[in-house]
Amino acid sequence: MKPAPFDYIRADSTEEVVQLLSEYGEDARILAGGQSLMAALNMRLTQARVLIDISRIEALSGISVSGNTLTVGAAVTQAALEKVVRDDNCVPLLALAFPHLGHFQTRNRGTVCGSIAYADASAELPLCLATLGGIVRLRSRRRRRTLAAREFFRGVLTTAREADELIESVQFPLAAARTRYGFEEVSMRHGDFALVALAGMVSHSETRLGVGGVADRPWVEALPCNGGAGLEDALERLAWQLGARDDQHASARYRRHLVRHMGKALITRLVIENAGQ
Amino acid sequence: MNDPTTAIRPQRWIGQALERREDAALLTGAGRYADDLGTRPGTLHAAFVRSPHPHARIKSIDVSRALMLAGVRTVLVGADVREWARPFVVGVKQPMDHWCIALDKVRYVGEPVAVVVAQDRYVAEDALDLIDVEYEPLEAVVDLEAAAAPDAPLLHEAVGSNVVSDRKFVYGEPDAALESAAHRVRIKIRYPRNSCTPIETYVVVAAFEGDGEYDVLSNFMGPFSLHAVMALALRVPAAKLRLRTPRDGGGSFGVKQGVFPYIVALCLAARKAGAPVKWVEDRLEHLAAATSSTGRMSEVEAAVDGDGRIAALAYDQFDDCGAYLRAPEPATFYRMHGCLTGAYRVRNLKVRNRVVLTNKTPAGLVRGFGGPQVYFALERLVQRIASELQLDPLEVYRRNFVDAPDFPYRAAAGALLDSGDYHATLELACRAGDLATLRKKRDAARAEGRLYGIGYAAIVEPSISNMGYITTVMTREAREKAGPKNGAITSATVSIDLLGSVTVNVASVPHGQGHITVLSQVAADVFGLEPDDITVDVELDTRKDAWSVAEGNYSSRFAGAVAGTVHLAARRLRDRLAAIAAPQLACEAGEVAFSGGKVFCRAAPAKSLSFARLASGPHWAPGLLPEGSTPAMRETAVWTPEQLGPPDESDRINTSCSYGFVFDICAVEIDRTTGKVRIDRYVTAHDAGTLLNPALAEGQIRGGFAQGVGAALMEEFAYRADGSFASGTLADYLVPTAVEIPEPVIAHGETPSPFTPLGAKGIGEGNNMSTPVCIANSIADALGPGVDPEAVVLPMTPSRIIALIAPPEIRPRNLPPEPAGNAKRFATSGSVALAAAPEAVYRALHDPRKLAAIMPGCRRLEAVSDHSYVADISLSVGLVKAGFLIEMSIVDEEPMRRIRLSGTGRGALGEAKGDGRITLAAANGGSRLDYDYAFSLSGKIVSVGARMIESASGMVLRQLFARLGRVASGKPAGDGLWRRLLRFLGRDAPRPNEPGAEQ
Repeated sequence: MKPAPFDYIRADSTEEVVQLLSEYGEDARILAGGQSLMAALNMRLTQARVLIDISRIEALSGISVSGNTLTVGAAVTQAALEKVVRDDNCVPLLALAFPHLGHFQTRNRGTVCGSIAYADASAELPLCLATLGGIVRLRSRRRRRTLAAREFFRGVLTTAREADELIESVQFPLAAARTRYGFEEVSMRHGDFALVALAGMVSHSETRLGVGGVADRPWVEALPCNGGAGLEDALERLAWQLGARDDQHASARYRRHLVRHMGKALITRLVIENAGQ
Repeated sequence: MNDPTTAIRPQRWIGQALERREDAALLTGAGRYADDLGTRPGTLHAAFVRSPHPHARIKSIDVSRALMLAGVRTVLVGADVREWARPFVVGVKQPMDHWCIALDKVRYVGEPVAVVVAQDRYVAEDALDLIDVEYEPLEAVVDLEAAAAPDAPLLHEAVGSNVVSDRKFVYGEPDAALESAAHRVRIKIRYPRNSCTPIETYVVVAAFEGDGEYDVLSNFMGPFSLHAVMALALRVPAAKLRLRTPRDGGGSFGVKQGVFPYIVALCLAARKAGAPVKWVEDRLEHLAAATSSTGRMSEVEAAVDGDGRIAALAYDQFDDCGAYLRAPEPATFYRMHGCLTGAYRVRNLKVRNRVVLTNKTPAGLVRGFGGPQVYFALERLVQRIASELQLDPLEVYRRNFVDAPDFPYRAAAGALLDSGDYHATLELACRAGDLATLRKKRDAARAEGRLYGIGYAAIVEPSISNMGYITTVMTREAREKAGPKNGAITSATVSIDLLGSVTVNVASVPHGQGHITVLSQVAADVFGLEPDDITVDVELDTRKDAWSVAEGNYSSRFAGAVAGTVHLAARRLRDRLAAIAAPQLACEAGEVAFSGGKVFCRAAPAKSLSFARLASGPHWAPGLLPEGSTPAMRETAVWTPEQLGPPDESDRINTSCSYGFVFDICAVEIDRTTGKVRIDRYVTAHDAGTLLNPALAEGQIRGGFAQGVGAALMEEFAYRADGSFASGTLADYLVPTAVEIPEPVIAHGETPSPFTPLGAKGIGEGNNMSTPVCIANSIADALGPGVDPEAVVLPMTPSRIIALIAPPEIRPRNLPPEPAGNAKRFATSGSVALAAAPEAVYRALHDPRKLAAIMPGCRRLEAVSDHSYVADISLSVGLVKAGFLIEMSIVDEEPMRRIRLSGTGRGALGEAKGDGRITLAAANGGSRLDYDYAFSLSGKIVSVGARMIESASGMVLRQLFARLGRVASGKPAGDGLWRRLLRFLGRDAPRPNEPGAEQ
């Protein structure tokens, strides 16, 4: 468990990062918190000619609110975002998801954008971003572009990021009026990747369920608002549609079971809470 | 026999919950673990080439490229081992050689094949990728029953079977008892392969000295009988293998026994390198290839009378020992043999034990060794007896327990249960855990439709193993030929130095249990000193210390054997001092007392001598000693329990010196939606004889309990049916953390052992034996009688629970049937829409230049013949990036329409073999390509990425076919306008269950 040789560059500016990415392309890896990358390097699951450390770039270290969005820079740790959303509950879904997200040690190092870039279908942050309809801001030397989360996540650990692009920031929509959020997760142990994670969002006009850990990417589905049988049927369809698979921890059937039953409980609760508002 | 009541009282320190003397160093980072100790200048570092295959013949090994890498000193291969070493000896005589690294064949994923020695570990690992091993894969067998079948693929051909030992035992008249029984109750269940996962992995520093001697520092924990096994394998006299162990060990739990084959391999690597060699096992190596508990399949039947009294037990057991029978296996069977009747008065017993080899990591010592396997079957059976006879389980226990006045009690198979009061311990557990309240809670929960259950387990916890038990695997005739083996020989040395301070030296190799603390308590009491006055040396040096065959850190032998032997040695030295002091104090030696650092006559305490002055005296003035005294201020005691004989003519064997008792109660609630088990209360009542230090005893209970919770709910080494190993990281092999472990209610009874010097028994393994089955019993109780008791398996994961309680699913008719892969292979199928016409696609597949553009990351593609190619490709999925050398063939089954595409790939992350079909049809001006693939994968990629492999490979195939479509239609294969356009149209990023998604 020792990495193959690589060069290490601590970048001082975003411009330097995108310049380096344009030079090295797929041979470069962005090092932010290193919580997935270092393990992959040590196990030699991946090799890089150069690691570009962005963790000390000030321009990427900010969390800011403007309009209806919370913008989180590429070097922001999960712990920093956790503190913000816990203190003022500006993105309630994130505040509900954070207790499930890794351990404080991994949150202290791991970054928000790193988790989005890694795009594990079982991870909480990609699920929240997708469910809330958040945005990923990409930058390369040639251009800047923004992608909606659902366009960004494209498959197993696979995103729309090109090899020369840096995720400069991600944007989470702030709490919407008269909307209820809920987050439920089943994992084998506290802090593990989810067997199934569910993010619910219910307003008077819309019911949305995000599902993590079942499809090959975070999945967001609009559900009937009225609850009841319509909801059950929709969840049954969704459970099958996600293409769940068996692995050594849980069966596909178990995952479908949770989508049905935990999904129903979550949405029903949010509908009732919202009606009582 | 010692009478503990007079031998040890009054005691000032024994029995006190003294804080651990070890902790200050450990908590301030001043521990001295194996990896912390300096090495000699010029020490090199090793890395192992390991098999990616569960079963394969080694056709060739080419190390030439590795040797050219700067910094690589040498590579140890099978040929060197054949020249310098010998296979390991083992207790079952069969033609199945186990060498320290594989010679001709590999038999499990992770088996060592070669050892690279280089200037540092980084270079050594770089060199691993440069060693070319050519394998001929063979069919693997991982399932116990399949391996035992007559037509199974053979691991060791010369044996002619994977069942390498088959022994039957009969005690009393079990068949008659079964035939006449009012009830016959049986259960057939399996215990999984798991481990106890120490934080510190294996460490070995080995050197080959000029005089032909091997010198080894390792965190090996014993038993030191394995020293002989290693010396024989190295073909040196025992004295030429010097073994040292560090002061601190980072957890062993039995597992550190399994380092011994690596010690031999690294001795040989050091010999070949001409320099000392260091190796620190990494986590992937540890999980994949260190060791494992023994998997068991057992069928147990009880003859039960109308009142629930058990008249006979019949065991039919199969042990899954992995790819090699490695010493001390098949000890998992025989450690427990004498006490297979558990805590019960059962006079009739029959046993059949079959040892089976499978393509998995060899099994070995894991805390609880043999116990969890036996009690998972026996205690599930007791619960079943209670439910079939509609009795309160506690009544079944009460009616069958060995009664207190009957101790020492000779069990049917030979165990001499030394002491105990099982009835009192049961009542203690019920009181301490407030069972009445738990039962009310269960009633209330059930009234609300909740799943709440209470389970019990009663286990006899053996400690201080009889070295002779393993010979029970041999027939009486074979034993007579081999010569008798028995005993649990233990040595301890107590010495006094020139200034009168006391040092204790033991060959016990602690791994965190607190030996220094307890031994200073024991010695302080004998000499009337403070524990801080005592120096305890726990580092082992086989060259200098007193040690023998049974020593080491296993079979819970510390409290009973090691501390007891220290007590014996200290008392002898004290008696010698008393004889020297008596004339000065003008009293008989028997009247001399030691207390508070003073030595005085009991009858006249006013006149005293300083302990230090008296004790140092013999060094300085041996000529002034009273007549008959010796100046030897060092005493080595060697103790073995007289109760431990070899197996008798009828195969009765007293397998251990002492037997503690544990009675557990567990109450759980199961969430109907998630299937998660919440332990509402866990009660564990122990009787381990005299407690030397209750705080440390509770530490042992908590640790064993945590591991028991892990075994019950999440821990298992997962192998896929094809033999690939899928638990290579701690995100795949799940160990409970503090959050998952509730606080147990602990209670103690103390019935001293009449057979150990201090009356103490082992306490370290009880909960590893009792907790998994107690939790399983509580889950079975919660699930209710509607659930098949044999369906309660370990680990009881939420997914398995839901499978038992949720109504069956109805697969929607509009979904295609499940892919027709079999359990041995990954399977993926689906279809993609391509812009090119079928003919163009077909031609592209037959054009090597186009093929090269289609293969992802293709650096080279050469045609070997008309239909076969070799290629270097680089695959990347997310972070993972891996190079493979591909050999593939493209065969038309129906021109322009059906093509069979098969191939093999080999790379640093593992080996792959795929076979599938693509079918082309014209559609929408382009074509529709259907694919149906089955493939097998082995090696690191499965061990660390099993969770994602199927989805990832489906994605790789889709990408491949998308590139095929682009190349066939004359578009660039890589990124470009076309790809962006396609993406805009959503064509190459299919959504699940839409065209283009694999299903």
